[in-house]
Order: sequence, then C-alpha cells, then structure tokens
Amino acid sequence: MTEEKDYQKILASVQKPVEGEAGKTGSWSTIKPKINLDKCIVAKMEKNVCHFCWLYCPEPIITRTIPPRILYDYCKGCGICVEVCPHKAIEMVEESEL
Amino acid sequence: MNASEEYEIMIGNHAAAYACKGAKVQVVAAYPITPQSPVVEKISYFIESGELNARMVRVESEQSALVACVAASATGVRTYTATSSHGLMLMYEILCWAAGNRLPIVMNIATRAVGAPWSVWTDHQDAFTVRDTGWLQMFCEDNQEIYDTNLQAFRIAEDPCVYVPTLVSYDGYILSHTFMPVRLEPQSRIDDFIPPLKHHLNLGDMNVVKGVCPVTTPHVVKREEGTAPGYYEFRYSLQRAMEHSIEKVVEVHDLFAEKFGRSYGNGIYKAYKMEDADIVIFAVGSVASESRLVIDKLRAKGIKIGLISLKLFRPFPAKHLREVFKDIKTVVVFDRDVGYGYEGILFTELKSALYQLKNRPFIKGYIVGLGGRDVKADDLINGVLRTIELEKKNEYVEQTEFIGLKLDELDFLKKGGKVENGR
Repeated sequence: MTEEKDYQKILASVQKPVEGEAGKTGSWSTIKPKINLDKCIVAKMEKNVCHFCWLYCPEPIITRTIPPRILYDYCKGCGICVEVCPHKAIEMVEESEL
Repeated sequence: MNASEEYEIMIGNHAAAYACKGAKVQVVAAYPITPQSPVVEKISYFIESGELNARMVRVESEQSALVACVAASATGVRTYTATSSHGLMLMYEILCWAAGNRLPIVMNIATRAVGAPWSVWTDHQDAFTVRDTGWLQMFCEDNQEIYDTNLQAFRIAEDPCVYVPTLVSYDGYILSHTFMPVRLEPQSRIDDFIPPLKHHLNLGDMNVVKGVCPVTTPHVVKREEGTAPGYYEFRYSLQRAMEHSIEKVVEVHDLFAEKFGRSYGNGIYKAYKMEDADIVIFAVGSVASESRLVIDKLRAKGIKIGLISLKLFRPFPAKHLREVFKDIKTVVVFDRDVGYGYEGILFTELKSALYQLKNRPFIKGYIVGLGGRDVKADDLINGVLRTIELEKKNEYVEQTEFIGLKLDELDFLKKGGKVENGR
C-alpha cells in the first residue's frame, strides 16, 4: 500500500467545544439565566428528559446533568435557554441575584 | 433478452434519478426548481414505493437543502441533491462548506441561465459561476452519459484519495426534459462498482470526534490533546486533493468502461475526429454535441476539423489539454456563458492551460446561446470560418463576439423605430 499523503489526512475541521476557548465570556452581560429547580422537569423527575437548555445553548455552557447547571464564568447571557424551556423554569436575573 | 428490452426511454432528469437509486443514496434534500425538479420527484417516488431505502428531507430553500445534505453527509451517509440556476446561487455559501469539509456529496445541475432577466432555459452560466468553490465538475452530452457519470461521481467523490463533493451538469431541457434510450444496469453490478461509503467523518458518534480547537485559526494550534491544522493547511489540502483527483477520475472511468462497456473519451474529454485535425472546436455539453454536426459538415468541405468536448471542468485538466493541443494550428472556443467584463470562461481557462506550450495555437472564443437561444450548426460554422479568416490575417479581436444575436430584428434600434420594450 502506498503511503498516505498529507491531503488525505487533513480533511475536515471537526472539533468538540472546549471550555473557555474565547476567555471568560461570562463578563459580557450583567443579566444571567437562573434555573428554578422546582419547575425544571429534569430536576423534578430526576431523569435525563427534556434538556432543551443544554441542546439549544450556543456556547454550550449548560451541562447535561441532573439537575442541569449553568457555567456562569462563560455564559454570555443571550437568554435562548429562557425562550426554549418548555416549563418556564429559567428566567433572566441580575447577576447580584444569583 | 433482446436489445430493446435492455433500454428504457427516459428524460435526462430521470436518468439522474435512476443513477441515485442504483447508487443507493441514503439522504436526499432538495428544493424544486425548473428544470431540475423531475430528478427529486422521481427519487421521491422511488422512496415512497419502497424501491429505495432513503430519507427525503423537505426544506424551505436550496440553501437549507444543501445544509441538510452537509449535515447528513457529516454523519457518514451517502448524500445527493440536485438544482439549477438560482437554486445553485442560493447554495453558494454551503457549496464552500461542503468542499471545505471534504464531504463526498454528489449534486446534479440541470443548467439554466441566471436572471435577470428571468429565464428558465439553458446556458452554462450557473455551473461555471461556482467554479471556485472546490467541487469537482463534470459535464454530460446525453442521457446515458448522465446516468453513467452519476454512478462514477459517487465512486470518485467517495474515494479516500479524493473526498471532494462532485457536480455533474447537463443542459436544462436539451437533456433534462428530452427522452432518450438509457441502459439501466442491474443492481448487483452497480453494487460491485460502487463500494459502500467509508466516510472520514461520523458526527453521529461524538465520542470519536477528536477536538482540539473549536475555532480554525490562521496558525496551527498545539495542545495537550493534539495538534490542529490552521485554515491554510485545510485549504492547501483541498487543492492538492483536487489536483490528484484527475488520476482517480480517469481510473474510475476506465473501470466503468471495462465493467459496463461504455466509455466517454478518456473520462476527461471526448475527442471527435481529432486524428488528422489541425483546427479544433473546444466546448462542453449541448454546444459540444451540436459541434459534432458541424465537424461532419466542415469535413465534407475538406476542412480538417475535430472536436474536444470537455467532460471534466474542475479540476481543470491543463496537462492533458496541452498534450492534445500541442500540434494544433487553430482552436475555436464556444462558450455558453460569459465571465462578465472579460470573455467566455472556457476560453480564458483553455488559454491559460496552453500558455506553457512552445507553439501556441491561434485561439478565438465566441459567446453562443445564452438563455436558451438556439445554437445552430450554421452559427458555429460561421464562427469557425471567421476564425480561419482572422488567423490568415493574424488578427486579434479585443471585443467579445456574440454569435446568433438578433439585433437586426429589434425595430426600435432602427432609425425612427418605435421604442417598445427596450428600456
């Protein structure tokens, strides 16, 4: 078999998200999402259900855990998780209220 | 089985669809556009009737269609789409993504003029406009060639030495909606010819995705987890793969010819009556097929003329064309497209390829048949005869020349003529 050439090895730039790639982007916004665990279906059922916040978070800094956690060091405060949560368990609050 | 039973009569679009069925495509996403639509309508029929086990993704635009194909291909499945003209223009950004990620997607273009003004008829402007996106590009002259080239396209695109998405173009209406006999090959023989896709990507399994740096930087990134190439290295790799794919195109064409008994020149270009030719027509698709008639007519008048019908447009086979044209006296290029502000695109490309020759031929380009204007044999003959005259005088014409214009039929251009629809 002939030797594999460089152009056969450098193919697609496929990468996993890496925590903090662009620095601590959590300082970009003063309002942050806060999960109300009394309403969050994952927390209530203690099962890996829903996880819409994890799926839609563009960064992604919401963990797929029970319950989901938000990594505030990197959260840019875009609020998408608030919009997509089917149980209205997430709301935007001032940083001081976290 | 007699000969007539082996052939089916079908339009070019359906020949493309049958090839996809033969190749067992797994995901198809497309948006309807004239004159491409019957391709995916037929594939949809195959899926609904259970003849093809594939997923048809319905989308709201061509851009989304190719995005769906990119995403599907990245999970490691055989993916196909088809479009024309404005649909292709809307896909432009994603064409670059597919090529940059080296996704072996196969796409058909039923070529069509690009507006404005609005036109649904053929020319080659749409296909040539996406020249620099990093897709392999091939052209066809008849419906059997569409079927055969599509089968080859999957094998070429998916070869680990290539991994480059591939466009197979054929003229809208002239082939897309014209009935011709097409020999369809048995499934078992196609399966032998196209091995199952061994993709370099499988995003379906995130555990095997090696991640180093989510942003592709101008520089190489070194981390504990490994080293990531910069943008420059990825693009270098795409260009190298394109350059080397010429050998694979020829190899796959030859394998196909051996297995199925049909060949298309050498897989790169089709030569017609070139043996003793000292003047040559260079064209693609419908213009090339019309030129065959021209060759016969001019040969009857004693002119030693031949045709090179280009099949592989990207990568551009410059080395092979230099070999063909090294002893040729005169070349006439007919472009069914314009590189606006300069000249016909094929004309530019061929001249660039022949620059390295010691004895360069006299070369002249013409524009023909934009927006479906009929390309008549007599028009092309006039182009050839004019070129011979210009060569005798060694005269170079700076301005682009359009053959088949009908300015004389526009009354409002005449003195005292009534302005109707001209402005």
